[in-house]
Amino acid sequence: MTSPPRAAVVLFPGSNREGDVARALRQASGAPPAIVWHDDRALPAGTDLVVLPGGFSYGDYLRCGAIAARARIMDAVRAHAARGGLVLGVCNGFQILCEAGLLPGALMRNAGRRFICKMQHLRVENASTAFCRGYAPGQVIKLAIAHGEGNYTIDAAGLAALERSGRVAFRYCDATGAVGGRANPNGSMNDIAGVYNERFNVLGLMPHPENLIDPLVGGVDGRAMFRALAAP
Amino acid sequence: MKTRVIVTLKPGVLDPQGKAIEGALRSLGVDGVASVRQGKVFDIDIDVADRAAAKRELADACDKLLANAIVEDYAIEDD
Repeated sequence: MTSPPRAAVVLFPGSNREGDVARALRQASGAPPAIVWHDDRALPAGTDLVVLPGGFSYGDYLRCGAIAARARIMDAVRAHAARGGLVLGVCNGFQILCEAGLLPGALMRNAGRRFICKMQHLRVENASTAFCRGYAPGQVIKLAIAHGEGNYTIDAAGLAALERSGRVAFRYCDATGAVGGRANPNGSMNDIAGVYNERFNVLGLMPHPENLIDPLVGGVDGRAMFRALAAP
Repeated sequence: MKTRVIVTLKPGVLDPQGKAIEGALRSLGVDGVASVRQGKVFDIDIDVADRAAAKRELADACDKLLANAIVEDYAIEDD
């Protein structure tokens, strides 16, 4: 019998969505994830999926995610990704992955300067990955966003490479799936809300799928990601 | 040895904080402000043999942590 993948959630000083991520993983797989401390040297043996949760690691000092990206556990996360292991970074976790060089680009201050906390529609740009195979290509989903620095920025060559290789995971859009204008909450280049690495085993996104897993809090569009990740 | 590192946003990178400061300066009646870009200054006391060694270590610090090369440039100040 194949057992469900084993998940680990990394806890940095200032992380605050680790409980939400753990709940989403447990709902999908029936098993709680391991919680790994930032100063640990190794991931639990047999870890298949590492999640870097949202929050304000190290108080967002220097740059969002900059200090967490240099934490001791990140060497193990880097090795895990190099082996083809899955890594998911949500919000501050996305910022950390960019700062760690595991994903391209940087998350800059929102163009409108304000911290944004609201529901946001997204278009699934690539539904053929381990993270998004539970969605349909082009599907419009609704997740929560809550960030002050989500303005995805990358040089022109890097942007072209992302687009060419299908590595844009999600784009901000309106309820009909149309992108641009007011549907882009933070000024991100090409409306990018999430990106993959070259091997599609590392995903970072600003929106919070872990917060949309229960009809009581406004929707369940985040479930498909955790179900896909929990499937053996 | 007392040293100073200055980190600035690369030209063309959007700087909403700089824009807000620019607007505030204009509204305070500061004349002739064409644009404002906000950066960071790090005053670092470093214990090395000479200035050349300090520069090497500080460049290493910038590459590893102090600056994000995707969006920022850095300069190590000479006395």
